Amino acid sequence: MDNLLQVKHLYARAGFGLRFDEKSTAGNLSVKHAIAGLFKTSENPQPITIVKDNADYSMLVKGDKEQKKQFMQLQRQQEKDLNMAWLNFMSTTDAVLREKMTLFWHNHFACRSRQSEFAQQLNNIQRQHALGNFRELVLEVSKSPAMIQFLNNQQNRKGHPNENFARELMELFTIGRGNYTEQDVKESARAFTGWGFDKDGKFITRPFQHDNGEKTFLGKTGNLTGEDIINRLLEQKQTAIFISTKLYKYLVNEVPNPAHIAAMADVFYHGNYEIKPLLEFVFTAPWFYNLQNTGNLVKSPVEFLVGLNRQFYISYQRPEVLLQFQKVLGQVLFYPPNVAGWPGGRNWIDSSSLMYRLKIPSTILNGGLIDFTGKADPEEEAYIAATRNQQQQVNARVQAQVDWDKLMETIPAGINNQQIAAFLLQPPVSKTLAAELGNAPDIKTAIIQTVSTPEYQLC
Amino acid sequence: MNRRNFLRNTALASGALMVPAFLKPFEALAINELSGYKNLVIIQLSGGNDGLNTIIPYGNDIYYQKRSTIAINKPDVIALNDVQGLNPNLSALKELYDQGWMCVINSVGYPNPDRSHFRSMDIWQTGSEANQFLTTGWIGRYLDSNCATCKNPYTAIEVDDTLSLAMKGAKMKGIAVEDPNKLFQTTREPFFKELVHDHENANLSEDNLGYLYKTMAETYSSAGYIQQTSKTYTVKGEYPATPLGNQLKTVSKFINSGLQTRVYYVSLSGFDTHVAQQGQQGRQLQIYADAVAAFIKDLKQTGKLDDTLVMTFSEFGRRVEQNASNGTDHGTANNILLFGGKLKKAGIFNDAPDLAQLDNGDLKYTVDFRDVYATLLDKWLDVSNGQVLGKGFKGLEFIAP
Repeated sequence: MDNLLQVKHLYARAGFGLRFDEKSTAGNLSVKHAIAGLFKTSENPQPITIVKDNADYSMLVKGDKEQKKQFMQLQRQQEKDLNMAWLNFMSTTDAVLREKMTLFWHNHFACRSRQSEFAQQLNNIQRQHALGNFRELVLEVSKSPAMIQFLNNQQNRKGHPNENFARELMELFTIGRGNYTEQDVKESARAFTGWGFDKDGKFITRPFQHDNGEKTFLGKTGNLTGEDIINRLLEQKQTAIFISTKLYKYLVNEVPNPAHIAAMADVFYHGNYEIKPLLEFVFTAPWFYNLQNTGNLVKSPVEFLVGLNRQFYISYQRPEVLLQFQKVLGQVLFYPPNVAGWPGGRNWIDSSSLMYRLKIPSTILNGGLIDFTGKADPEEEAYIAATRNQQQQVNARVQAQVDWDKLMETIPAGINNQQIAAFLLQPPVSKTLAAELGNAPDIKTAIIQTVSTPEYQLC
Repeated sequence: MNRRNFLRNTALASGALMVPAFLKPFEALAINELSGYKNLVIIQLSGGNDGLNTIIPYGNDIYYQKRSTIAINKPDVIALNDVQGLNPNLSALKELYDQGWMCVINSVGYPNPDRSHFRSMDIWQTGSEANQFLTTGWIGRYLDSNCATCKNPYTAIEVDDTLSLAMKGAKMKGIAVEDPNKLFQTTREPFFKELVHDHENANLSEDNLGYLYKTMAETYSSAGYIQQTSKTYTVKGEYPATPLGNQLKTVSKFINSGLQTRVYYVSLSGFDTHVAQQGQQGRQLQIYADAVAAFIKDLKQTGKLDDTLVMTFSEFGRRVEQNASNGTDHGTANNILLFGGKLKKAGIFNDAPDLAQLDNGDLKYTVDFRDVYATLLDKWLDVSNGQVLGKGFKGLEFIAP
């Protein structure tokens, strides 16, 4: 694989794809320098701060009908603002690696919260530690009001344990199913009794609700605290294997390779669960660039939309449109289906979501028109003519601005349509597409065709 | 060959032209496989429908004690037996009930119930345990079971613009079709047609690119088949002009045109009635009852009622005691309503919910929802329920042989 292809693969996986304007910069670096560059631009976490305060719940409890309505409106508005703020940030930031990993942790520590400030705070925790230390990340997530509320730890009290959080901590967040007993769940739930948050959303340990009795967890006995439980879980190599497996599926291949994962788990475990060295190990591993590990991951809807936004410098006048796209494609940020997160991979694709994916790029970029100069029969000519007539209406509904001029400036001179497609796609350009592109009347048509293919769904 | 079969055959033949060779065996089902095609229609009521104000335990004083302002007054209840009766907004269902086309299963739920909408809906759609996270739905796994009549994506159709988890299997997925013409139109895009037609064999491998092209090709053949087949039939029954009425009208069109589909899925939301429940739930119940009554009567007219079973569920019922805002909060067990011409035990299937023995203010379930699914799988969809539900369930006796 030549150097540009390697950097392009790196950016597809560690970010949201390489842009034409990055081709002459990052594209010319050695892979080693490109990796260093990705870490460099992601060095400083920049939190999202759009939501200032939770909507005032007293309005819902004590307020009259009008105030209740206002409360619901404000809550919905905040949810929308937060969603847009993150999507826009992913679409414009240079810290792509940090955002890509924040998206990973967003799905790993999947959580829903009606209080947008809490949701934003958890998102910022995941961003803050995205490339940092996994132990600190687990601890901070466990102390966040969003997660405490979501997994009912506020109701976890001495004498009346609620096991929800303790169970998911093991099953989904650290060690994985089959590596602990029901008794371990019960004992660890006792250790987390009293963990909660106050009315300002600040983490507190409520001593009177904490069970100080002796607990035995994964073979260790004592007056264990929640922090002890997390430490004990991370002492198990299985946790490093579990996280490495999930990361491998996210960054490398949906089909786990036990040898590669074992090597990752070694780095992670012996490196005291530091995330950055683990990522560096993956990105520098020769197998990361093996042909079978390229161009074969199904982009999540968010990766798909962010990739488009970045490549085409799209800005939206109506945020509802982006929300609608997330919805029809099956991934609304901050709304995972459950605590296990989005299943991902082929689960993203069914008949309707695939047709939407194929149609969305042309809808945003060209009022729904995919020009076609192949051997169109009369029926097809009529279809294209009808689409052309509707272009204005589609544009009026979508209201997306695409910076074609900026894009065109960054496309190197003398490059042909097939070469443009090869740059935009991670899988190879098929013969069918190459033939179509050969007929395309201009670069813009060729680009729209290229991003309206099944190949564009992969990274 | 009669006119309908002729049309169907030509439709298949013309559809076949645009379908890659590897998919052709899908299309070549013999016509005799169409006879006796049994359909299951699932209606999902989203938001947690209050079952106690749907099928009202008017013979139980506790009901009136716990719901001082939102109980349905006795004279307004449409009695079904001495204990239970219909909410007056369900009056359209009374005729179906009297005809023996309706069955109420009380107190359906599962152990360790979850009161979160989306989690409990997940559990109902996947058929999982309360502490288990499945990524496939129960209808999706039915498609995966590779039974004789579940080999096509259009074996399960959701009349909506997106596909619910219930319909997604590991290998196979159902198809979302809100409007057969609209779906067909999206597949007319000349550029897409070129890609589907012409893609190289290399793209049909087992990898993800192959999967994408396979899904695309299946969508094309399904969209063509559904559009060509369904347009041969015009629904004669009158339906209310509501979204649910339209959805069920579309289902009627699909069934009566002879579409080889076994499962249809539709949904109606607006049942999360924390505040001022009576008006809101009443409106939704009327929309529901009017649409279902129209659908069942339509199928009776066309002779398809014996081949159709309708199941209505919601992700949970609501608490027995009302709240301070004239509404109800999230609860647990709930009733399932069944409709069809082949019910073994029409009427009220089992005892009315016990309002005295509660679990922390909530109804205790007496029927596991997976026993209902198991019955549908074993006796209606002809697949052994263990294949779909993981462990085998005993099932119930509500379907006539």
